Amino acid sequence: MFRERRRVSTLPNYIILTLMAIFALAPILLLVSGSFKSTAEFTISPFALPEELLWSNYTTAWEQGNYATTIRNSTILTSFTVLFTVALAGLAAYALSRLNLKGGNIISFYFLIGTGVPAQLFIIPLFYIWKQLGLINSHAGLIIIYVALQAPFATYLLRSYMVALPQDFIDAARIDGASNVQVLREIIIPLSWPGFLTAALVVGLFTWNEFLFAITFLPSPDLKPIATSLYAFQQRFGRDWGLTNAGSVIMIVPVLILFLLLQRNFIEGLTQGGLKA
Amino acid sequence: MTATALQQEAQRAKRRQQIGGWLFVAPVLLLNLIVVVIPSAIGLGMAFTDWSGVGSMNFIGLANFQRLFQDGVFFKALTHNLLWTAFFLIVPVALGLLGAYLLSGIKRGQMFFRVAYFIPYVIAAVVNTQLWRYLLNPRVGIGPALSQCCGIEFLNVPVFGSRDLALLGVAFVDMWHFWGFLLVLYLAAMSGVDIELYEVARLDGAGRWAQFRHVTLPSIRPTLVFTILMITIWSGLVFDYVFIITGGGPANASEVMGTLLYTTAFQRFEAGYAAAIGIFMALWVAIATGGFVLLRKLGWEV
Repeated sequence: MFRERRRVSTLPNYIILTLMAIFALAPILLLVSGSFKSTAEFTISPFALPEELLWSNYTTAWEQGNYATTIRNSTILTSFTVLFTVALAGLAAYALSRLNLKGGNIISFYFLIGTGVPAQLFIIPLFYIWKQLGLINSHAGLIIIYVALQAPFATYLLRSYMVALPQDFIDAARIDGASNVQVLREIIIPLSWPGFLTAALVVGLFTWNEFLFAITFLPSPDLKPIATSLYAFQQRFGRDWGLTNAGSVIMIVPVLILFLLLQRNFIEGLTQGGLKA
Repeated sequence: MTATALQQEAQRAKRRQQIGGWLFVAPVLLLNLIVVVIPSAIGLGMAFTDWSGVGSMNFIGLANFQRLFQDGVFFKALTHNLLWTAFFLIVPVALGLLGAYLLSGIKRGQMFFRVAYFIPYVIAAVVNTQLWRYLLNPRVGIGPALSQCCGIEFLNVPVFGSRDLALLGVAFVDMWHFWGFLLVLYLAAMSGVDIELYEVARLDGAGRWAQFRHVTLPSIRPTLVFTILMITIWSGLVFDYVFIITGGGPANASEVMGTLLYTTAFQRFEAGYAAAIGIFMALWVAIATGGFVLLRKLGWEV
């Protein structure tokens, strides 16, 4: 009888949780539905389904929004940022977790403070320094910024994985005469690769979605990533909802696919960033 | 080999390890120095000049800060940041706590709900803002649709074009993408709560609300306090959603410090004055963090 009562009492949970899920997901579904509509259909109702799937919104948005170029730009920015961030953060995390670095605590503390400095304090001087160095309108220039901004967080994340590795393996390798690099390559990286995957996903997501630095440091239309070119596109075709909706959906499709495949890693990485940053 | 030779060898190995360690940390430190630390230091200095971004730079003492305290637009922006903080400390926290509590009480489907709530958080600001500019548009959005079908009128207004509603509208959009993230954080904290505590409370006749208040909330206090700190910091720094949807308008009705700094620096070309706003924003972060540390020092377990 007790069990029976408990089962009944979770029904309100499901009702409210479902309403909340609708609140989270319905707007996205309406956006997708609205990306297939003709201009005339928009005066009817956003809740009405499209009469037919107007794929031409996508082809037009693709061409007018210059997606062939912007997707390439975003891919360049994201892949190099992920690669360098994870590589450099991996080295730093290894040193901080495994090499008994003197002053390591100070560095960890510095990283903590460093991630707390608001972008608004340094973005203006940084812009003029980058201008002097010819790094405005340069993918490399923005990648350097992204790596610098995210490496401390990635270091922190990877460190938490490496600290948990068993010391015995490392000691055994050391006795066999393994160098720092060998220990890192043969033991640390293979054993903490879930950490590397998580860090790569979080860094990749941040870079793909990033807006403030992209719009400041890459003003040239040919170099813009999807985020800022989509912003310009939305302003140009403000009333053409089918087109701008389609352009927006293009941007989130790769993110949603990756997220649904690897949601455990995504959620773990992003919540750790929030919790421990 | 003699004992001393062995010792020397061990020490040399240790030193090598130390040097290697520093070499491994150096790239991250160096990059952070170049991109964050040095520009921040320059920014601190720049706030005391009249620099426009090009040409000569003159030291003008505290003039920028005097201007800041007499600048009506800045005060408006600061007020909006405070309102934003209040809104975010109430609405998404309440939604997150409610959802996490309900979700921790079920088994089947927990994974599905968690993923569903988290999805808006991984979508880019440019897309989330597009989505809501579409759905809240006075011509094609849900406002006119609800008005036509059911006579519901409160959404049948140009939300982002209205002086009264623009700030609330933008805050709502940002909140919509954020509350699921909080929910997942709270859920993780709640899953660590000892189930026996709930059983004891039930035996004492505690209902759902009493269990939540006297068992759940105290148990997740560290997470709760931490999210309050993060929300306070982020609310002082908010930029994307406001900039993309309204640009701070209409007539500064949704201006926040972040958008004001951006337009001051990069559209009105007053780099020195904008740097002063930047210092104020850094101060916001420092005060919030300082308060958190102080509470901890005073013996709060957070």
